[in-house]
Amino acid sequence: MTAVPVPHLVVDRRRDTAETVTLRLEPVGEALAEFAPGQFAMVHCFGRGEIPLSVSSVQGTGGLAHTIRSVGAVSDGLCATRVGDVVGLRGPYGTSWELEPARGQDVLVVAGGIGLAPLRPLILGALAEPEAYGRVSVLVGARTPADLISREELEQWATAYTGVTVDWPDTGWHGDVGVVTQLLGRAPFDPDRTWAFVCGPEPMIRATARDLAQRGVPPERIRVSLERNMRCATGHCGHCQLGPLLVCRDGPVVGWEQAQPLLSVREL
Amino acid sequence: MSVTTAPAVLDRDGLDALVTALVGQGRTVVGPTVRDGAIVLAELASADALPFGWGVELEAGRYRLVRREDGAAFAHSAGPQSWKTFLHPARERLWSADRTPEGHVSFTPEEPAAPDYAFLGVRPCDLRAVAIQDRVLTGGRYEDSGYGARRRRALLISVDCVEPGATCFCVSTGGGPAADPGYDLALTEVVDGDGHRFLVRVGSEEGARLLEAVPHRGADPATETTARASVDAARDRMGRSLPPVDLRALMGASLDAERWDDVAARCLTCGNCTMVCPTCFCVTTEEVTDLTGDHTERWQRWDSCFDLDFSYLHEGPVRSSGKARYRQWLTHKLSTWHDQFGTSGCVGCGRCIAWCPAGIDITEEVAALHTESETER
Repeated sequence: MTAVPVPHLVVDRRRDTAETVTLRLEPVGEALAEFAPGQFAMVHCFGRGEIPLSVSSVQGTGGLAHTIRSVGAVSDGLCATRVGDVVGLRGPYGTSWELEPARGQDVLVVAGGIGLAPLRPLILGALAEPEAYGRVSVLVGARTPADLISREELEQWATAYTGVTVDWPDTGWHGDVGVVTQLLGRAPFDPDRTWAFVCGPEPMIRATARDLAQRGVPPERIRVSLERNMRCATGHCGHCQLGPLLVCRDGPVVGWEQAQPLLSVREL
Repeated sequence: MSVTTAPAVLDRDGLDALVTALVGQGRTVVGPTVRDGAIVLAELASADALPFGWGVELEAGRYRLVRREDGAAFAHSAGPQSWKTFLHPARERLWSADRTPEGHVSFTPEEPAAPDYAFLGVRPCDLRAVAIQDRVLTGGRYEDSGYGARRRRALLISVDCVEPGATCFCVSTGGGPAADPGYDLALTEVVDGDGHRFLVRVGSEEGARLLEAVPHRGADPATETTARASVDAARDRMGRSLPPVDLRALMGASLDAERWDDVAARCLTCGNCTMVCPTCFCVTTEEVTDLTGDHTERWQRWDSCFDLDFSYLHEGPVRSSGKARYRQWLTHKLSTWHDQFGTSGCVGCGRCIAWCPAGIDITEEVAALHTESETER
């Protein structure tokens, strides 16, 4: 059966940054299966098309939501929807972050820009069970202070450490300036018993995973989320290939031991 | 399957009756026929439309029809099309959506209105290609429902290859020139002093029923011997071959080979090889709206990894150089296809060689990559 989108009502719309909007969605009729943090949906904007979007909130904790950055025709159309509009959703697709193996260990979350959105339900999951995990740290890098999403949440989250840095500060910024990897030294984690979860632009993923590996975190405990062009999400269109991987099926979340050799080849 | 039907022989009238029987069943019979200076695949009203007395002359970047004295119908190798034209068509609607004035949106899946195809003259290489597309489009967690519907209803009549072309290399990909299982009926064409006839092997119950419905006789030893001999001879007459090495490993270890620069200097990135390839399955999607703006349709169409948009992310294409796109095509075909779908993506039909406007030869490129890897060692 060809997967057909399921109508979802936009029940809340929040503007996060000049480019970014979060849409909270509820099914009009039948509901989709539960999403796991890290998985994605194909989101349809009427008359414009369909794009893959990771969930920034899942049904279990606060309801389904997508945080969307306007970068093309479809994402632009989705950002322009209003409460009461209907969008189409199909999914859940792909692999998830898999927090379960990190039980009893330190959890280190490193995000670049809107890469924080797919990590958000993972962070909420870890913080919901503080006794189950070791120290939970969240490190966020953004281009400018105005590009930071979830700023209030970042201040409220009861993490062991939360660090935020920007590339280009504005006059009101008193925090860190520079790349997110420079915060790694401040986060309290024991490399031997840490699971790291990384999402952001590819150069940021490469730099972060490289530094984490140098600090002794085993590559298979560094989970990264990959992005490739995707038309179908069902393994049939061929667009999301990354070497041996079909990112829609074998990703988007993969271990660094799998991603590292692939991301080190130019234009693979 | 409990088919034990012994090999049979059809003569020319029997072949006519076969097509007539299929048409009579309401099937859309598709087979080779001559059109516009090529042997194309098209709907056949009768066996008369088959390319009797036509052969082909092939080289890298070259395809010509040639007359044959023997009047054979299937003495030609792969043409510009393959069966994916019918099973996995170039354009297909996936679903449509409608919006009411109140803003309600409903999605309607496309019901695959598949004709009941009968494919006549499927070459062994193409039979394997169909099996590969089966794995890709129906063998995973999700099924391409349009393909699945058409495929399940299709009847396949293969014809063994006795006249391989200069661009053929199926044997070095582990197949041909005789058909592997997967056919309903398998024919081997025999033309000699005893006449023009077809040895028939039965591969399915449906094939057995079809054979029962047309005039045929039991296979005689002479026809069987001649048929086997000509297929055996074809095995040794392949125009080309891939190097007999572990291609999957070779490709995986050649990602930074210098040969990619060499081939990229010749490759026009036109995508012809992906269009004619019988296993290339990649598609893209398009959103089409009507003038009211309240009806929208999702269409799927063939796409090519040689297109810049294929790997486009919002920063730009991942594979912007022609070198990276050729490397993607070849390494996918021969190596990462194994990782993704448990099989190679190449059947050795030679189409990509014949239809490349620059005459790029996949067997030559692989041989060069092999030589380069040996030199470096």
